[in-house]
Amino acid sequence: MTNHYIDLKNSDCILIMGSNAAEHHPIAFKWILRAKEKGAKIIHVDPRYTRTSARCDYHVPLRSGTDIAFLGGMINYIVNNDKWFKDYVLNYTNASFIVGPDFTFQDGLFSGYDAQKRKYNKDTWVLEKDSKGIPKRDMSLNDPRCVFQMMKTHYSRYTLDKVSSITGVSKENLLKVYEEYSATGVKDKAGTECYALGWTHHTTGSQIIRTMSMIQLLLGNMGICGGGVNALRGEPNVQGSTDHAILYNILPGYLKMPPASLDTLDKYLEKNTPVSKDPQSANYYQNYPKFFVSFLKSMFHDKATAENGFGYSWMPKLDDGVHYSLMHLFDKMYEGKIKGLFAVGTDPAVSSPNTNKVRKALEKLDWMVGENIFNNETYSFWKGPGVDPKQVKTEVFLLPASASMEKEGSQSNSGRWVQWKYKAAEAPGDGIPVGEITIKIMAAVRALYAKEGGVHPDPILNLKWDYTDIKGRYDALKVSKQINGYFLKDTVIEDKAAGTKTEFKKGQLVPTFGMLQVDGATASGNWVMAGSFTATGENRMAKRGKDDPTGLGLYPNWSYAWPVNRRIIYNRASCDIYGKPYNPKRKLLEWVGDKWVGDVPDGPWPPQADKEKGKYPFIMKADGLGALFGPGMVEGPFPEHYEPLEGPLAKNPLSGQLINPAIEIFKSDLDKVANADAKFPYVCTTYSCTEHWCSGALTRWQAWLLEMQPELYVEIGDLLARDLGIRNGAKVRVSSIRGAVECVAMVTKRFKPFQIEGKTVHQVGLPFNYGWLFPKDGSDSTNFLTPTVGDANTFCPEYKAFMVNVQKI
Amino acid sequence: MEITRRGFLSMTGAIGSGIALSGLGINLSPVKAYADELSKMNRVKAAKQVTTVCCYCSVGCGLVCSVDKLTSKIFNIEGDADHPINEGSLCAKGAGFFDLTEANKHRLKKVLYRAPMSDKWEEKEWPWALERIARLVKDTREAGFVKTNAKGEVVNRCENIGHLGSSNVDNEECWLMSIKARALGMIYIDHQARV
Repeated sequence: MTNHYIDLKNSDCILIMGSNAAEHHPIAFKWILRAKEKGAKIIHVDPRYTRTSARCDYHVPLRSGTDIAFLGGMINYIVNNDKWFKDYVLNYTNASFIVGPDFTFQDGLFSGYDAQKRKYNKDTWVLEKDSKGIPKRDMSLNDPRCVFQMMKTHYSRYTLDKVSSITGVSKENLLKVYEEYSATGVKDKAGTECYALGWTHHTTGSQIIRTMSMIQLLLGNMGICGGGVNALRGEPNVQGSTDHAILYNILPGYLKMPPASLDTLDKYLEKNTPVSKDPQSANYYQNYPKFFVSFLKSMFHDKATAENGFGYSWMPKLDDGVHYSLMHLFDKMYEGKIKGLFAVGTDPAVSSPNTNKVRKALEKLDWMVGENIFNNETYSFWKGPGVDPKQVKTEVFLLPASASMEKEGSQSNSGRWVQWKYKAAEAPGDGIPVGEITIKIMAAVRALYAKEGGVHPDPILNLKWDYTDIKGRYDALKVSKQINGYFLKDTVIEDKAAGTKTEFKKGQLVPTFGMLQVDGATASGNWVMAGSFTATGENRMAKRGKDDPTGLGLYPNWSYAWPVNRRIIYNRASCDIYGKPYNPKRKLLEWVGDKWVGDVPDGPWPPQADKEKGKYPFIMKADGLGALFGPGMVEGPFPEHYEPLEGPLAKNPLSGQLINPAIEIFKSDLDKVANADAKFPYVCTTYSCTEHWCSGALTRWQAWLLEMQPELYVEIGDLLARDLGIRNGAKVRVSSIRGAVECVAMVTKRFKPFQIEGKTVHQVGLPFNYGWLFPKDGSDSTNFLTPTVGDANTFCPEYKAFMVNVQKI
Repeated sequence: MEITRRGFLSMTGAIGSGIALSGLGINLSPVKAYADELSKMNRVKAAKQVTTVCCYCSVGCGLVCSVDKLTSKIFNIEGDADHPINEGSLCAKGAGFFDLTEANKHRLKKVLYRAPMSDKWEEKEWPWALERIARLVKDTREAGFVKTNAKGEVVNRCENIGHLGSSNVDNEECWLMSIKARALGMIYIDHQARV
């Protein structure tokens, strides 16, 4: 979230799209209703009518997988009807930048596409610079090659008729949402968007979110109270697990995993440290080397020296342009190339796409280590449906873990609040925290390498690994201080602007990431968390202060929000270029005299009207401004509508390019696709329910929750059910070209057929919370139906739009 | 009917049990239910209060665990009224938090092991499991370690062991897993943040 949960109450218009907040984030929805009580408009755009729809001002159904068309139409509306916030767009976005002369867009493809590799060469996706290296700008926005005009042309194709025909949303409904939402493009109104897996689970997921970010920039809704683009994330510490990078492509603090082409630390740092010639751009990532070297010091401590590149050569390197996500992992496992697997607090035999492939893959493992509080379908795969244990060679360890309230440590919510929790009791039996299991397994591996030697032992033996207390138990506080970071030698920090010098002693905690050093004088396991402790050792994550000085619900003394306790990021954009709040009624920040007052500002510099010392507000962007033209994305700088991998149409109504041209196509014998196929005529989507969580691996074991939602069902619109002769409560078989599940039919008015390109298209939906292990009669994984395919940027699987058939049993 | 916890306890204690009392022809079930509630309220008041954070979605609601000082067991969990986000309220899953404690009979309590071709779990002790896992990790890594890629670039990685999970453990645990995997040279590293 750019903002945080309580801040939802400050909004004037909340677009909930890609989320069923009332059922999946009920407490977040409480804050949405607080906004409604104060007069805010709440809009729900979703294929299905849910309890969120019931509490909103209105619900607009759209076909799964067509969000970019819907939002692209909104950009077209905003630009043509002069709804954009001119002061903001001119000063705080790259609208005025000039796009390079060789950049083109034709029939669904941008310049530089290689159809064989399904990848773009981005050399033409550039913005022009002057002789000093500063981006060229046309503040009149009239230049036909300026970003604003290029964007306007791109979305001029997203007419009401076209968008309506793609999405199935009536033109009246489109206009209603566009008018209502774009009314927030003024100084004293705030609009926000809440999304969840309904946006990320698409082959175009990242670009859906980017389209919304562009709308928020056009309306001046980014960086303000009641604004932003807010991911209502689905797991208790998914923010923290992302921050700490249990992900193939990044290291803790969003540092890039080294690729094989960058074989030295110097080359790596040069490649990853952006340069800006514009004196008004803070270009905060110019500090990247400090963060990266401090990270290596936290891993290898004294063993990491300037002479050995701080241990850069000990880090594994990824092949350039190759990905190693969950779907790649199971693809390789299915090929027999993965021999061992750690599966911690996870149930991929239920939750990963294309269950048949995943479960076959698991049978090829030599060993698996599971760590959890309950058994699940992944750990017990060797006795699953259709599996003969006598044919499965896999050694499986299932290690008992402590539950959340049985261990001390911190969790980060979606609003980036890092909250400390305490241990209430011991785990039952032999259970211990996952942290302790990790420490013990690694200690045992290290002991073997120390005794026997082996291949490339340096990173294993040089790893700093002393995170236990005197009794040998996991010490969460010790780890969290390592993550925060500390000085490795006495260091004097000079603040030239303030004219002060502060001395820090060796061993003292680093109070902010601004003090991290590039020469190895500091260690910090994750730079974004530097500041979660004060220099004197106070744990800011444990704070429970209830003061709210701005009255906006920021609660600056409750827990710790990264970065540097900033509650709303990009907050300097809530003020005009002189530092005066655009909306004095919701004053998040103000430049008073020589400093910012309010939330912790995005940097201490004066507002940008001060041409000498002032800085632009989007300090993490090299150019300092919000990107309406975004060349970082793999499928193009302007989001474009493509159909899902599996959809009802044989042709994309907008271009000759049917599916996202940059997605990776998996090619195993179990990766079948049936697009626009009469055998699988219905659009299908998947979701959760209030009583279960994710794969249900925790909640299905709980009697109260299971009683409320005991088994798998498929929601079918009443018109389709009538056509198929399916009664409410009947047993049905739902199948895709990849697999099938049997479940109960829930005949409902919540799904209505769509009119798409002149044809009636029905959509159905199933929850994804069930597996064969428990309860015995609850059916099995919905992911037997889903394809192995993901977003082109993130490889988040496309669980939300694919094609099925439904039959009576 | 007014009845104090102390009075009720002494009364039932004297006779032996509520069942025995009901044998006197008095329907005691409403009294007993009321007394149970009273008893729980008093136990909550006398208990150690420990704050925690919900383990389901990412809203980060606060909860308070009541821990019996004598047994060190959690006997009640409810929303934290002081918490600025949830203000004491909880959803259905959060309200059922207690069913995640050891009161849930399905909780794993022992190290379980399934041998190759076996059709059952066996209970094991930690030292045995740790030694065996470390041996498998090392042998697998040694057998499949890749020093250079197809282009001849140095990559020093362990391609044949994957690591999945988890966004349902604490930050400190995430960080430890993240760096453990890198130190071993693993590259197939992923979890629920992507799915």
